[in-house]
Amino acid sequence: MHFAEPLLLQSGASLRDYMLMYETYGTLNADHSNAVLVCHALNASHHVAGEYEGKPKSTGWWDNMVGPGKPLDTDKFFVIGINNLGSCFGSTGPMHTNPATGKPYGAAFPVVTVEDWVSAQARLADQLGIQQFAAVMGGSLGGMQALAWSIMYPERLRHCVVIASTAKLSAQNIAFNDVARQAILSDPDYHGGDFYAHGVVPKNGLRVARMVGHITYLSDDDMAEKFGRKLRDIAESGDYKFGFGVDFEIESYLRYQGDKFSEYFDANTYLLITKALDYFDPARKHGGDLATTLASTKARFFLASFTTDWRFSPERSREIVQALVSNRRQVTYAEIDAPHGHDAFLLEDARYMNMVRAYYGQVWKEIEGTV
Amino acid sequence: MNFNELSAARPDLAFIAHWVDNKAHVLDVGCGDGVMMDYLQSDKQCSGYGIEIADDKVLASTQRGVQVVQQDMENGLGLFGDNSFDTVLCLSSLQMMKHVEALLRDIVRVGKEAIVSFPNFAYWPHRVALLKGRMPVSESLPYEWYDTPNVRCATITDFRDLAQECGLEVIECVALAEGKRVSFLPNLRGDLAVFRLRKK
Repeated sequence: MHFAEPLLLQSGASLRDYMLMYETYGTLNADHSNAVLVCHALNASHHVAGEYEGKPKSTGWWDNMVGPGKPLDTDKFFVIGINNLGSCFGSTGPMHTNPATGKPYGAAFPVVTVEDWVSAQARLADQLGIQQFAAVMGGSLGGMQALAWSIMYPERLRHCVVIASTAKLSAQNIAFNDVARQAILSDPDYHGGDFYAHGVVPKNGLRVARMVGHITYLSDDDMAEKFGRKLRDIAESGDYKFGFGVDFEIESYLRYQGDKFSEYFDANTYLLITKALDYFDPARKHGGDLATTLASTKARFFLASFTTDWRFSPERSREIVQALVSNRRQVTYAEIDAPHGHDAFLLEDARYMNMVRAYYGQVWKEIEGTV
Repeated sequence: MNFNELSAARPDLAFIAHWVDNKAHVLDVGCGDGVMMDYLQSDKQCSGYGIEIADDKVLASTQRGVQVVQQDMENGLGLFGDNSFDTVLCLSSLQMMKHVEALLRDIVRVGKEAIVSFPNFAYWPHRVALLKGRMPVSESLPYEWYDTPNVRCATITDFRDLAQECGLEVIECVALAEGKRVSFLPNLRGDLAVFRLRKK
């Protein structure tokens, strides 16, 4: 959807006009009360569920969660997947033409924040005639957007579903993000962000960025179980190769993940998104007091965290729960004992899926008027 | 859930529910499948949360529309501020805690009033079992000694002492047998002890 009205961003910059990519699943009911907005995490897009025709590898990133009969049941709910500004998956981003110069934005694409994304999403909701969402939902960075929705537009969502997320990143989180950014910024092919003009992409930087990120999404135990110290390549003598090539399985896996990522993801987008993560801190305006920050919210909340997630640990979710209960908000919180680290929020875990299903079951009863 | 349904399912909870005021803000520590909060919400317009650790019970509570926070009560009630609830319930859960005293103090910290229930170890069939040289197994203590989740065994008299030591006022103390009040020789004839407490 194209928006001709300029969007003023938190940084003070503005986007003159822009596109937002979105996808919908299910049917909007007559009184528009069954719409659920799904906000995406770092490297995902508007393509939440299902496959594109003739493309068997195009399964949506949250296909186990969203679809007919799934925890977020598209036979009942009208689900909207949206792609954020600055992304490389269709919404206006750094590789699009800057109307001011006629060239790709590149480094000139303004820094966007979680709040900017939410403002843009609200405009899309206006256009679709959705005054109030049954729920706004997201995991990780998507959970930050859902939380921002509850603060910025308290009347516009009845439920706020925040999975494996936080109200602000820790210094350690920011540190990892900066290592990833430095990998990109120091790649000679980055060309100050204007690599499009040079016909190259900073593949090596992106690859390292993804490798660092990927490590933080897994748990130590999970990595130990999957890879341990298994060797991929050994010398004929059966000994190590004593070099800097790929010896261990984990090295091979991370390089593979890094390579794959560097082929489809845009370096400028990675910089923008990690910075949006770093900047998110809605309590900052209230002297760091999260309870005061959340006092304006009206939604009912569902939060879930995973015990082995050290990137967005349960402690971070508990901070949100604590701030909500001090405001007497309705909140349900599941702390799932899953082994997969941060990635658990995207994976199949019966306890997790059943909780989300049960929660949406209640949301649905409310829509039907049986509660 | 209405009162008749609650009485049929859990007569002990039906008795205790009378002590909770309409529209009270309630914390149910160890809420199980959420049946008590379900009743208090729908019949007495109460608000509040359950706390529960077990996955299946957290799920059951959510399916009932009870707001539940999944947490190990052994870690205390640090999520909640002082006097933030009108009533804190801890029903047939305290005996499963290692740190009973710490949790009890926390319960009365966050609640203006607390209602605590636990199986009375001095119930006469339990005494008979011990006289016969066996650990008691009964409807209120349905576990064998080696698989019981109850790590603390107390009698009504014992608990009264602990409440005193914690500086708590016992507003009411009732012994129930099969959900009905026992007035004569309660520590002998009651299988469930119920205390209503507040800070002195």
